[in-house]
Amino acid sequence: MRFRALSALAIVTIAACGGGDAKSGDSTVASSATSSSSVDLNGAGATFPYPLYSKWFSDYATNLSIKINYQSIGSGGGIKQLSEQTVDFGASDGPMTDEELSGAKGGTVLHFPTVLGADVVTYNLPEVTVPLRLTGAVVAEIFLGKITKWNDPRLAAENPGVALPEKDILVVHRSDGSGTTYIFTDYLSAVSPAWAAGPGKGKSVQWPVGLGGKGNEGVAGTVKQTPGTIGYVELAYANQNKLPAAHIKNASGAYIAPTIETITAAADGSAAQMGPESDYRVSIVNAPGANAYPISSFTWLLVYQRQGDAVKGQKLVDFMRWMYGDGQSSASALDYAPLPAALATQLTARLATIQVGATP
Amino acid sequence: MSQPTHGAVVEPAAPGGRSTTAQADDAIAGSSRGDGVYRFLTTAAAWAIPLLLGLITLEVVLAAWPAFETFGLSFLTSSEWDEVRGVFGAAPMIYGTVVSSVLALVLATPLALGVAIFLSEFAPSWLRTPVAFLVDLLAAIPSVVYGLWGIFVLLPFLRETVMPFLAGTLGLGNTPFFSGPAYGPSMLAAAVILAIMILPYISAVSREVLMAVPRSQREAAMALGATKWEMIRDAVIPYARSGIVGGVILGLGRALGETMAVTMLIGNRHEISSSLFAPGYTLASVIANEFAEATGALHTSALMACGAVLLGVTLLVNAIARWLVWQVAREGR
Amino acid sequence: MTSSTAPTRPRRDTGVRRATALRTAGTLTRRRAVNALMQGVMYVAALLAVLPLLLIVWHLAREGASSISLDFFTRMPKPVGEVGGGMGNAIAGTLVLLGVASAIGLPIGIGAGLYLAEQRGSRLATSVRFLSDVLNGLPSIVMGIFAWQFLVRPLGHFSATAGGIALGAMMIPLVTRTTEEMIRLVPTSLREAALALGYTRWRTSLTVVLRTALPGIVTGALVAVARIAGETAPLLFTAFGNQFWSLALDQPISALPLQIFNYAISPYDEWHRLAWAGALVLIGLVLIISLIARYATRSRFGGGGD
Repeated sequence: MRFRALSALAIVTIAACGGGDAKSGDSTVASSATSSSSVDLNGAGATFPYPLYSKWFSDYATNLSIKINYQSIGSGGGIKQLSEQTVDFGASDGPMTDEELSGAKGGTVLHFPTVLGADVVTYNLPEVTVPLRLTGAVVAEIFLGKITKWNDPRLAAENPGVALPEKDILVVHRSDGSGTTYIFTDYLSAVSPAWAAGPGKGKSVQWPVGLGGKGNEGVAGTVKQTPGTIGYVELAYANQNKLPAAHIKNASGAYIAPTIETITAAADGSAAQMGPESDYRVSIVNAPGANAYPISSFTWLLVYQRQGDAVKGQKLVDFMRWMYGDGQSSASALDYAPLPAALATQLTARLATIQVGATP
Repeated sequence: MSQPTHGAVVEPAAPGGRSTTAQADDAIAGSSRGDGVYRFLTTAAAWAIPLLLGLITLEVVLAAWPAFETFGLSFLTSSEWDEVRGVFGAAPMIYGTVVSSVLALVLATPLALGVAIFLSEFAPSWLRTPVAFLVDLLAAIPSVVYGLWGIFVLLPFLRETVMPFLAGTLGLGNTPFFSGPAYGPSMLAAAVILAIMILPYISAVSREVLMAVPRSQREAAMALGATKWEMIRDAVIPYARSGIVGGVILGLGRALGETMAVTMLIGNRHEISSSLFAPGYTLASVIANEFAEATGALHTSALMACGAVLLGVTLLVNAIARWLVWQVAREGR
Repeated sequence: MTSSTAPTRPRRDTGVRRATALRTAGTLTRRRAVNALMQGVMYVAALLAVLPLLLIVWHLAREGASSISLDFFTRMPKPVGEVGGGMGNAIAGTLVLLGVASAIGLPIGIGAGLYLAEQRGSRLATSVRFLSDVLNGLPSIVMGIFAWQFLVRPLGHFSATAGGIALGAMMIPLVTRTTEEMIRLVPTSLREAALALGYTRWRTSLTVVLRTALPGIVTGALVAVARIAGETAPLLFTAFGNQFWSLALDQPISALPLQIFNYAISPYDEWHRLAWAGALVLIGLVLIISLIARYATRSRFGGGGD
């Protein structure tokens, strides 16, 4: 009796070990058809839009019973896992480079802008009660480690009448591969030659100073907990955590606060750049426009053009159609700017280019 | 029913040969198909361990190879970690791993030894079990809980009390070791949490070897007129020394591989800094932070290479520790 | 100094000889004072060593206890910024992962332990014993990246199975060691008696020896389970995490340590509250298992060992 039990256990164990390897040659079609998966789609990537995405996926699950599991592991993570085909879609606020595109194992990757957001420069200075005014050049100097004290004359020049404390500036940046970083460094490279020549633009750069937080969550958390810090986070994170956002001088010379209006203003010119043939990898940092917030950006959903799994592919397309329709209306409540209507229409039409159920 | 073998002669035990259990079995019992299956299954299970270890090592080293090939020895000495330009150097992580672990040892060992001595020599018997239990329980707390507690309790305490005290009141702020702004997340924070985490391991091993010191040693010292402390210092500890060292090295091994709590407290910065107040990085933390998103074969390979270095170092340290502890165990018997 | 008899030389030349010389030089009062001081120091050391544990438990209780409610155990996480929600899926996920891990780790660990106990001196046994200790010291993050390379990437998706296997592999050395020790405690006379009565060897090993050692083996298994219940690093790249309730083995799954980690590093106070509560539940789980293990060992073997 015991022997039978033990040998059964042994066989089950060996089968479990062997079965894991025998399943190579991903049979997603078969497994999704036969197994009643509790989750319909798995996605990963950017923390930048995560507050909005988590609301979208939660609403979508409540209203339509389709469960989309999204893990905010950073834009770099989204790109990697998508390339390795361990998730069904990725999300990033830094567009994929040509090199990354060629490395994606499932073929062509399409970029679909989902919403507009902004990187805000946030800080923890209880002594300062009005929003700080900063220029791009000053921000670059701070993050280069050239300005080390809050009461530096360059900061005081931008903020007359504000009593800045004589404290060290503690810089916080991202420790993971981040689209938020991409947007921020894209902006800094545009406004500071020293930055462009130094750390440059990327999802993960060599930071001259500062400590690293994981995800927008980690940076916001560190800034919130540590007096004297300065960091960059997406607008929603600053607002949700009552963190201040600096007013940044834009290309037209005005100090602009990050709001839905100013973000939308930054995207005004971009629609013209994105015709029907565009791949939508457009940067809108340092945009012209009197009221444009200079560190605004699109964020993208990354999907394979060829969706081998018909069921999952259709669910994905359905979700994206919903996103361009009903989804956009919940964006502003969470401090994200909805896409311009014309762009949303254009993108809904573009969904047709996704080949659902195509044999690879 | 099995047949006993006729006239079986019990072979003398060859050195490194089979144990007496198996020999006795052969002498008494015959064999059956069930025995063959049983022997096969247990042998297979035993083989699983070296196979697993070998597979892990192979997999990690193979994946790490491109990075070693591209950067050569500079991977171990360079501090440049530039994803944009594709240059990777693990020196800050190696430095951080070693410094945080060694500092943790420095903080933990006196305390662990003190507790061990307390438990083996001074504690009244009613106090012994509860205190031992509480110290051992430190080992049961998951790393992520240490990290959680570290972020919300330890970091503010360090930032607001300890660091200003060290830098200001003690005036150490001018030395390179305690210079720089007090962020909170820092090498010091990582070392402190590691010290708490490895304390139970050093303490448990030390306690065992101290208790294993023969009474004759103790009585001899007492007979010579030693006070209790002198007996401990001169008779007990030197006798147990290699075992204690083994325990310390075991603690070191644990500290080197620790991931979650350190990631949450060290500040995640690719830079070697002499100051303990500065953020740093360890081999384990960089993998935890960057692995899920390392696109580009070279970045992934560089992270695997960090894993390979970590693997090599921890294997070596643990092997030394085990050997030392076994030495003592052998001598004591 | 009284020295009516010549002092017996200790077997090993420890510091006693040097100390003897010093002793004749020092005064008795000073030595007594040092002794009292060191005694005090040891008491302080014991107190300091126990302090972190007490602090941690106290903070956990203070921050987390108020959030423990039925909601916590049954609800799923809410979207960012919304109040409420719980960690029901994370707790369930941890239990699923522990189940898968045990299914892998226990049979292999017990089998290997049996082998080591019975083939005690063989070359394979000695190497396996050593390598098992080496495997025990493997950093869990390395296990995580290995599991990703081997179980996630080829299959094309994160899964509970991958996470469970990574955890199970970490259980193996612990279970092996305790199994071997427990089996060796069983007197050989028991085995020989069974064999003499005509039992086959495998039957002896399993129904007589293993059964006798079973309580100890079970507690060893429990200790191993308690240890991996709190592991986060191997799960980062295998189980991946899941916002929804899921018990499926081939899907990403949530786990208590993962969720605690994500919440702890976030800026949201709501999530911090949940993280503390989750940590309290996790520690509770680990402590209960450890206590059961300790209690069972003590009552069985009469309080031997630490």
